[in-house]
Amino acid sequence: MGRRSSSSPSDAAFHATLVLAGLGVATVLAGVAWEVLDLAGPAMQKGGLSFLTGTTWDPVAGEFGALPALYGTLLTSAIALLVAVPLGIGSAVFLSEIASSRVAAVAGVLVDLLAAIPSVIYGLWGLFVLAPLLRQHVQPAVQSVLGDVPLFAGPPLGVGYGTAGLLLAIMVIPVVTSVSREVLKAVPDTQREAACALGATPFEVIRGTVFPYARSGLVGAVVLGLGRALGETMAVTMVIGNRYEISASLFAPGYTLAAVIANEFAEAFSPEYLSALGGLAVVLLGSTLVLNAAARLLVRGVRHGGG
Amino acid sequence: MSLASVMAPVPVPTPSPGRVAPPVPRADPSPALREEPRVAKMVVEDLSAWYGRRKVLHGVSLPFVKDAVTAIIGPSGCGKSTLIRCLNRMHEIQPGAAQSGRVLLDGRDIHGGHLDPIELRRRVGMVFQKPNPFPTMSVRDNVLAGWRLTGTRPKDPDAVVEDALRRAALWVEVKDRLKAPGGSLSGGQAQRLCIARALAVAPEVLLMDEPCSALDPIATARIEELIHELAPTVTIVIVTHNMQQAARVSAYTAFLYMGELVEFAETAGLFTRPADPRTEDYITGRFG
Amino acid sequence: MDAWLYPPPPQRTVSPRLRWRRLADRLFRGAVVASVVVVLAPLAAVLATVIAKGAPALDLAFLTHLPKPVGETGGGVGHAILGTLFLALGGLGIAVPVGVPAGVFLASDRMPRLAGVVRMCADVLAGVPSIVVGLFAYTLLVMPFRQFSALSGAFALAVIMLPTIVRTTEEVVRLVPPTLTEAALALGAPRWRAMLGVVLPSAGKGVAAGIIAAFSRGAGETAPLMFTAFGSQFLSWNLLQPIAALPLVLFNYAVSPYEDWHAQAWAAALVLVVLVLVANLVARYATARRSA
Ligand SMILES: Nc1ncnc2c1ncn2[C@@H]1O[C@H](COP(=O)(O)OP(=O)(O)OP(=O)(O)O)[C@@H](O)[C@H]1O
Ligand SMILES: [Mg+2]
Repeated sequence: MGRRSSSSPSDAAFHATLVLAGLGVATVLAGVAWEVLDLAGPAMQKGGLSFLTGTTWDPVAGEFGALPALYGTLLTSAIALLVAVPLGIGSAVFLSEIASSRVAAVAGVLVDLLAAIPSVIYGLWGLFVLAPLLRQHVQPAVQSVLGDVPLFAGPPLGVGYGTAGLLLAIMVIPVVTSVSREVLKAVPDTQREAACALGATPFEVIRGTVFPYARSGLVGAVVLGLGRALGETMAVTMVIGNRYEISASLFAPGYTLAAVIANEFAEAFSPEYLSALGGLAVVLLGSTLVLNAAARLLVRGVRHGGG
Repeated sequence: MSLASVMAPVPVPTPSPGRVAPPVPRADPSPALREEPRVAKMVVEDLSAWYGRRKVLHGVSLPFVKDAVTAIIGPSGCGKSTLIRCLNRMHEIQPGAAQSGRVLLDGRDIHGGHLDPIELRRRVGMVFQKPNPFPTMSVRDNVLAGWRLTGTRPKDPDAVVEDALRRAALWVEVKDRLKAPGGSLSGGQAQRLCIARALAVAPEVLLMDEPCSALDPIATARIEELIHELAPTVTIVIVTHNMQQAARVSAYTAFLYMGELVEFAETAGLFTRPADPRTEDYITGRFG
Repeated sequence: MDAWLYPPPPQRTVSPRLRWRRLADRLFRGAVVASVVVVLAPLAAVLATVIAKGAPALDLAFLTHLPKPVGETGGGVGHAILGTLFLALGGLGIAVPVGVPAGVFLASDRMPRLAGVVRMCADVLAGVPSIVVGLFAYTLLVMPFRQFSALSGAFALAVIMLPTIVRTTEEVVRLVPPTLTEAALALGAPRWRAMLGVVLPSAGKGVAAGIIAAFSRGAGETAPLMFTAFGSQFLSWNLLQPIAALPLVLFNYAVSPYEDWHAQAWAAALVLVVLVLVANLVARYATARRSA
């Protein structure tokens, strides 16, 4: 404490450098937001709310409506979460509550590898393995039973909302799993012991005390997964089908915000066109910023004790 | 083994020759004890326990007399917590933990096939050193946790809650805030809440691992009072570092040293005329 | 002689309620184990397919040659492998000088308010979609020059790598026992000397692991390069010219209509997977040894 003397000029300079670097990180984030907003400015001013609600995307005519892409993003993300949340939290429970430490270490590494595989490779696999599989076997089978339901209508193409959603699920699962695992680990053992000593089975311990204690953190894990799903680009671009429409069917091709940007940005020929794509990016960025900030707060809440 | 030992309750086993300390208290038992036949609610026979390769209990044998308070004393790290965790099979849930020997409840081995550990833990309740109420449950739900967690409910939950809280000497303080979260109580209140939680499922045996170590003198006195009140109906095993506390609350005391049972005797006798020099050293504060 | 001598066998009087609870417990555990299996199945499937389809098309020529025009067979992705290394290392060159000191700042616990904000920014930045990062690099470094460039690609990757570097650095610097710093300070060393001479070296392996992990993350990114590095048919070391990258080649080949290119896409995928996973495992190994 008493070593104030150590704040020599060289020390102050060193500290200033560190602070500067820290500010640099904040600046990058601010820069991203600023530049994207700046790019999107004209489109948002011109279109206003109709930019979000319009359904036509006709760059030649200068008409830009984001709704079909927004719809595709939300639908594929919803499918992904539906699949990824139970599997991801289930895996986290296995890793932190059930498995021996050795099995958990190995399985944990494998789950992390799942996250390390580049998304373009998932896209490749989705395009040449998963989509044909769904087209030839799964979709006809589903249609033979539920053919009349609009959710499963249309020709089996292999690519589309459903395929993109499944592929997204694979990529979201490691996020949900590793964050959930961290959150479950933060639950004090005294809580588990207390429940166990009352005669609860392991399942009852987890359901009755571990989950409630970790609840906000688990919600955070799911929100973080949602953020990942919304912004995921390459794999989705390869299997979504690239059709700018809104369809009720999971088998139908569609589009997502990120896929539109990826496919069209390099070829955007007019400032309005670029700006409209910037508008899509603003929607994407805005939602992921909010989701990530919220998720971090939720997860941190659990680590710092309960709730 | 005779049929008698299978049927509950069993008499306190007679000391086997060569034991360090006779399991039966010597020296004139107090009148109360002399009147009723002493039966052992639980018996530990040649119990050894390990964490990984480390052996922390070495062939401990002793009885826990029914509806009486037994104190376990000994220096830190001597295996007191391990011993009582073996009594409700909480020891074995730790990774790497192992044990040998027998633990009898009402004369039957708790590891025998007749008793699921889940049932056992309901009959042998536990209070931990650090209060561990469930922060996400209300005070009321904490008391009922033993029921709710296991998917059952008592016939009259309100009565159970009130009775358990009264017995834990907490009712007056919390009766107006039963809906408050379990984490909102003070340390001493939280510990009494944990006791109420354990009592709510009407255990036959109550294990208390240094229940007062986190408490101030007033809360400690409350809990000692509570132990006195419970003793006629519940078999209590209490681990304590506080010799005065052991002397105040218990009828029997076991002195554990480095994983071995050095001495087990009636409390009054053990504190006035310890049989083993190590016991004497410990209770007079010469080590530990 | 008579039954009295023998105790009756212990009766298992398990109530139906308890049996049901035990069953529920077992079902739950089964479901949890099954979920891990289902989660890991795609990993196995993807890796198996990449190896099975990629290995046949993989040879030395593929790794070293430039691509051939459509119609001609043969050709390789040598330019893209070098391009990816160039971009990823360039990204590190930008991200490390900012990320490591920023991580040290977060671990130093001076100015906790600001540290909280910076930490939050790093976390949120990690969640920014990579395509948006590409757009940021585009507006910053492509629009003004009216030219796709390696520089803009490396910058985009740097933004993606930054959060990983910041957070791992913070974590590993925090693991250094404070007594070490105190010892250095007690010897009269100024704080910065203690940091550079004592703390960073002992956290060095962990910091390096974070950097390798960031490399692994950046090397596999496609979206942020699509309108920055853009891709090229040639090998070029000009920072202000477009440059090829393995993920871009992979993507372009995959969505092309040519069988031959599909085969090359799988081979490129194999190279990319090996590159990324090896880097990832090296980083993991370094941290595992550290904490052991
Ligand atoms: N989970 C564990 N893993 C490994 N060793 C353990 C574990 N728990 C306890 N031990 C060791 O076993 C020995 C007995 O521990 P135990 O907790 O039973 O002691 P104790 O008498 O209750 O001590 P205290 O009075 O400090 O609570 C100690 O040496 C301790 O280090
Ligand atoms: Mg203890």
